[in-house]
Amino acid sequence: MRVDGKGRIDRSATRSFSFAGKSYQGFAGDTLASALLANDVRLMGRSFKYHRPRGVLTAGSEEPNALVTIGSGAGQEPNVRATMQELYEGLEARPQNAWPSLDWDVLEINDLISPFLSAGFYYKTFMWPKAFWEKVYEPFIRNAAGLGALSGSDDADKYDKAFAHCDVLVIGAGPAGLMAARMLGLAGLDVILADESWELGGRLLSETEEVGGQAGSDWAAGVAADLGDMPNVRVMTRTTVTGAYDGGIFGALEKVGHHGPVPNGAPRETFWRIQTKRAVLAAGALERPIAFANNDRPGVMTAGAVRTYLNRYGVAPGRKIAVFGNNDDAHRTAMDLQDAGVEVAAVIDSRDDVSVPVDAKVMAGARVVGTKGRLGLREIMIDTGRGVRPLQVDCLAVSGGWNPSVHLTCHMNGRPVWEPSIASFVPTPGAVPGLVACGSAAGDMATADVLASAARVASDIAADLGKSAPTAELPEAEGHVYAIEPLWDAGGKGRAWLDFQNDVTTKDVRQAAKENYASVEHMKRYTTQGMATDQGKNSNVAALAVLADATGRGIPETGTTTFRPPYSPVALAALGAGAKGKGFAPERLTTSHAATVARNAPMIEAGLWYRPSYFPQAGETTWRESCDREVGWVRDAVGVCDVSTLGKIDIQGPDAGAFLDFVYTNTFSTLKVGKVRYGLMLREDGHVMDDGTCARWGDTHFVMTTTTAAAGQVMKHLDYVHQCLRPDLDVSIVSATEQWAQFAVAGPKSRDLLNALLDAPIDNESFPYMGCGPVSVAGVAGRLFRISFSGEHAYEVAVPARYGDSLFRMLVAQAEALGGGAYGMEALNVLRIEKGFITHAEIHGRTTAFDIGMGRMVSSKKDCIGQTMAARPGLVEDREELVGFRPARPTGKLLAGAHIYPLDGDAVRERDQGYITSVAYSPTVGTDIALGFVRNGRNRMGEKLRMMDHLRGEETLVELCDPVFVDPEGGRLRG
Amino acid sequence: MKISCPICGDRDIREFTCMGHASMLNRPDPHAGAKVWNEYLHNRENPAGVIDELWWHGQGCGAWLVVTRNTVTHEILGARLARDVKKEMRDAG
Amino acid sequence: MRFSAFEILKQGLTGNKGWKPHWRSPEPKSHYDVIIVGGGGHGLATAFYLAKEHGITNVAVLEKGYIGGGNVGRNTTIVRANYGLEGNSQFYSHSLKLWENMEADFNFNAMHSQRGIINLFHSDGQRDAFARRGNMMISQGDDAILLDREGVREMLPYLDYEQTRFPIYGGLYHPRGGTARHDAVAWGYARGADMRGVDIIQNCEVQGIDIENGKVVGVQTSKGPIKCGKLGLVTAGRSSQTAAMAGMRLPIESHVLQAFVTEGLKPCVDHVVTYGMGHFYISQSDKGGLVFGGDLDFYASYAARGNLPMVEHVVEAGMTLMPMIGKARMLRSWGGIMDMSPDGSPIIDRTHIDGLYLNCGWCYGGFKAVPGSGFSMAHLMATGNHHAPAEKYRLSRFETGRGLMDEEATGAQHNLH
Repeated sequence: MRVDGKGRIDRSATRSFSFAGKSYQGFAGDTLASALLANDVRLMGRSFKYHRPRGVLTAGSEEPNALVTIGSGAGQEPNVRATMQELYEGLEARPQNAWPSLDWDVLEINDLISPFLSAGFYYKTFMWPKAFWEKVYEPFIRNAAGLGALSGSDDADKYDKAFAHCDVLVIGAGPAGLMAARMLGLAGLDVILADESWELGGRLLSETEEVGGQAGSDWAAGVAADLGDMPNVRVMTRTTVTGAYDGGIFGALEKVGHHGPVPNGAPRETFWRIQTKRAVLAAGALERPIAFANNDRPGVMTAGAVRTYLNRYGVAPGRKIAVFGNNDDAHRTAMDLQDAGVEVAAVIDSRDDVSVPVDAKVMAGARVVGTKGRLGLREIMIDTGRGVRPLQVDCLAVSGGWNPSVHLTCHMNGRPVWEPSIASFVPTPGAVPGLVACGSAAGDMATADVLASAARVASDIAADLGKSAPTAELPEAEGHVYAIEPLWDAGGKGRAWLDFQNDVTTKDVRQAAKENYASVEHMKRYTTQGMATDQGKNSNVAALAVLADATGRGIPETGTTTFRPPYSPVALAALGAGAKGKGFAPERLTTSHAATVARNAPMIEAGLWYRPSYFPQAGETTWRESCDREVGWVRDAVGVCDVSTLGKIDIQGPDAGAFLDFVYTNTFSTLKVGKVRYGLMLREDGHVMDDGTCARWGDTHFVMTTTTAAAGQVMKHLDYVHQCLRPDLDVSIVSATEQWAQFAVAGPKSRDLLNALLDAPIDNESFPYMGCGPVSVAGVAGRLFRISFSGEHAYEVAVPARYGDSLFRMLVAQAEALGGGAYGMEALNVLRIEKGFITHAEIHGRTTAFDIGMGRMVSSKKDCIGQTMAARPGLVEDREELVGFRPARPTGKLLAGAHIYPLDGDAVRERDQGYITSVAYSPTVGTDIALGFVRNGRNRMGEKLRMMDHLRGEETLVELCDPVFVDPEGGRLRG
Repeated sequence: MKISCPICGDRDIREFTCMGHASMLNRPDPHAGAKVWNEYLHNRENPAGVIDELWWHGQGCGAWLVVTRNTVTHEILGARLARDVKKEMRDAG
Repeated sequence: MRFSAFEILKQGLTGNKGWKPHWRSPEPKSHYDVIIVGGGGHGLATAFYLAKEHGITNVAVLEKGYIGGGNVGRNTTIVRANYGLEGNSQFYSHSLKLWENMEADFNFNAMHSQRGIINLFHSDGQRDAFARRGNMMISQGDDAILLDREGVREMLPYLDYEQTRFPIYGGLYHPRGGTARHDAVAWGYARGADMRGVDIIQNCEVQGIDIENGKVVGVQTSKGPIKCGKLGLVTAGRSSQTAAMAGMRLPIESHVLQAFVTEGLKPCVDHVVTYGMGHFYISQSDKGGLVFGGDLDFYASYAARGNLPMVEHVVEAGMTLMPMIGKARMLRSWGGIMDMSPDGSPIIDRTHIDGLYLNCGWCYGGFKAVPGSGFSMAHLMATGNHHAPAEKYRLSRFETGRGLMDEEATGAQHNLH
């Protein structure tokens, strides 16, 4: 019901919205919850386990009951707190976790059988018959559980991430945060003030108290205006600080577009990483309910929430309201309601000696012990100490006291400490380095104390950061003492709720204690207390108190409460903003990319790079046709392939040779200038890290190539070896992968092709096999290496990357003129398998030089990385060794990933002989060929074994052979 | 978390990768024997407290650092160039 | 008390007043035949199988906090037997068989749900490696199915098949893989061990190990000295500290691994799905939360909490793979302390000290290993012989290089496994 003359809503701006298919009207400045209450809608949700009817409990982000789904279609958003959702024109909200409707929910049956669903019931049953768990029980439980539903598809909403930096982050813009931010701002510090609401003021917006001789909300507006004038203060509204992390980093979620249509291009949410020198926790406190029988009906809410609805939104959540509390703060609700003309039916205070300046009946030493009303509160039962009597009310405002918002101080393992004077926990100082709590968050409950503690903290921080804060002029504010006597469980007949959403009652906690889940962590995990979407903000302290009572311990001895990041839940779309689709990782394109795509080559991912799979030609219908043709070009004419993705590392210095001797197993210091050598690199544990070629460009200058896959790892490794192990060596190392475009030109006509483009022709004398040197390519200074990954007479020619595109086009045109052309990864792979050249399919991280038949390349004349550990007995004895495989029959099919077994007996692990790593159909050989590893394989050449692929149901008789299938003598290489 | 790179200044941890204990600097003689090498490559002090670790500023200057850090609080106590630490170790014999 | 539907009915009708403690809280005796240090999943399972399989019941499990408070209560609950290397293959195969019967063994529903795991692959090379692994699984007697892209699409229609950065080529499907209710595993083993006479002693910190003439004789604890015949150290991320009490330095580094859960949602992810181009694995709990995780934070840590760079990286992987989870909200994040070994595989072995046994190095694969680890550890401690499925888990393998099991193939760098 709306109350005239109250609230901060704009009554001139009506907003139409719908809930559960019905249309309503509210005003700008409403939340969905306040607008529903204004329309006398109390039932807003259903609980998780018993599907109990629920209404709003709170007016904040800690709301456990009033969770709704906003929107529909792909962008529907589940589990939105109606208490935080700003009302906008056309807002569509739907209830969730209820079927067929919110009023009539079939699973409400769970409430009737609740005696059989007590704490942990599911651990004790559903075990028979065994197969029923996955088939019957679990699907039923899964469908009954859960809150709202995802749409199941991607949506178009935009999310963003950003960084911010400041001197001081002030968390919360209530009286403490405003006071601190203004002082820190005046001190000249770079300040960020963040608050989860759209308006600054915090509790001052919900109270009628005065600050500095004016309405608290007016004082807040004044400070907000001051802050707006300070260029060094950044005010972030609708921004929740979600987590405290190491080194002064805080996570924060800004809801940019939740309060109406999103402006063009703006994100819905932005996740901020805020780097700050200091932080002020001014997050206030959260009110907690009291447990009593059936305390969860719609219409029962916290006393502070009732004031918020009344004072901030101009809504009376009932027509006849009772107030129940154990502290003076609850009385404010009765007074505010009375002042606003709302009927206060009674003030019930569990303390014996209280007086409240209201006309209503004040019942001291009394407790509420029961309620009635199926879909909304109708009646409460009051134990006056002299008997139980009913009272007709439609709203009950409950206050069990206030819990300081210690949550962020727990994020780095800090444990809050018990403070008896407020019957709650307060932050441990220093729990988050650089963060200081003040105001209610630190346990100061009276506004005057809140302002004073904020001023003190601000002035200390300013001094600490070398600034002097102006002398605080503390505005006059309420200073009365917050008097409380703990009351956790008021009792009554029936279940009394602690965790409303997860349906955890005091009985469940007591039962857990009885079953010896007596540590807080056990109780929590066994009953699910505190595991709901509010992370126990409403219930943890009371649950701890009930557990303490059940186990005969005091609260501090029983344990403490703790919270994990995030403070309130954060959409994955915000945390992972930018990663959807291609955004997850950078896309690296070679200089030939455009020309390659123009030739319709399918591009495949090679690490972060894109490379062509093959270059289709008219009439070809399968990749194999294209691949076979490209292999034939290289074997018979000439092919061109972009190999720029291989790592290129420039190594210079007087000790470059000595350095390479230390990182490669073989010797490079003896390599002659103008020569290239194959090199094998080990990890320190003796397994192969990478292989490649290294060219001696000058006396003190080497050019190393790595595989595409290991380029980054090798660069890091070289830096490590140099800086950490051999800083005595005078050498400089730099990656030049992006600086050079490099192309393989392979095949018997490769020299003819090159000579058509080089300014000075080459011959076998000037560029013998494994030779290298500078060349001029169409006037551009380039590099030429006579190396081969195909077994053919081949070169790699490199030019500065800016010439890559044109060189590639020239090379391909020339190749085509010579009866060849461009080839892709498929052909490259076939060519290298035919020649027995390995890739990371073979040097997969578990193979040694010994395994791949290069044991002799590990020089014993010098020390090198990995040499010692490679000699461990387990790395040279009884190993699986690199071999080639041929099918015994020409049509036999080989499969990579298949295992090798003896001819007879079962193909089981105990009889495993090895496995296949690389397979190709070889157009040169005319059959499938393969590389792989077989136990002691080098001594088993010619042996017939069984290839078994269980997964694909393929079994082939294979013959072990030398891994070099084409030109074993190497005559073609020397061309 | 931020690491103060001696070359670049304060940088976010996202720019660095951690390799493990700085004891990796003490590479044994190739003939030191299996036990010594096993100890070097595999076994770790693994303290719950202050540790010296090797970090690489791969998204920055490429320097390897010895970072002194607390494994319980995550506090970073300092960072030095690994090459300097290694040279000091050599000079100290 | 035996748990059953009947018992629930009976208790429900009588006000749930008759439930009994699931395990006792005894004071420690002065001597035990066997003491297990560490009341996590592995320690409790060890005690359970010592009693059940070997009749050794004069056993104490000493836990410095509360049982199940370590990694068994902090993981992403995945249970699988899909390893590719000799050693691990037979061990996890055995462990999965124990999972399939453990609930009957300890009369507690750990909600072991064999909903199937799909490991996605994103290149021909990854497919070949997964095929090798799947063939190993089948040859070990476990189940594996190689799915192509369309096969994956049929099972997981919600993945991004069009725009994602690394296209989905297919997946290795392991139908018997799945999840379990992690806490319940610890409680179930505790209950089963307690029923058989094992003393579970919480809030009892071991502060020293008494060794005489090269033999373990007892421990010093916060509850006083306790004698024992044999001592098993099963302390996961704290292994280096407990072993140091016996003068040992272990091949272990302790690292933080984070995990995450969203608010409850109606069923939308029915399997366990893992991404092949970054560390990301996800399933949906029976309560409806999406439970997911990724890689280590990479720096050594005992803090059991991590930082935003890895949080964001993990979520980013999720968003490129299955953008439909965007509107799910992360409810909680936490961390566990992982005992990372140099080859990524564990250690179950005796030590050079007579009567002292070691169980550690589970990296971040320890949860699914709980039954197998307990079974094999109990076998070793009771009989003095290595249990066949775990016989490769020797401490000596690092020095000799014999039987290294480097599934990730990243070499002897602890934080890369």
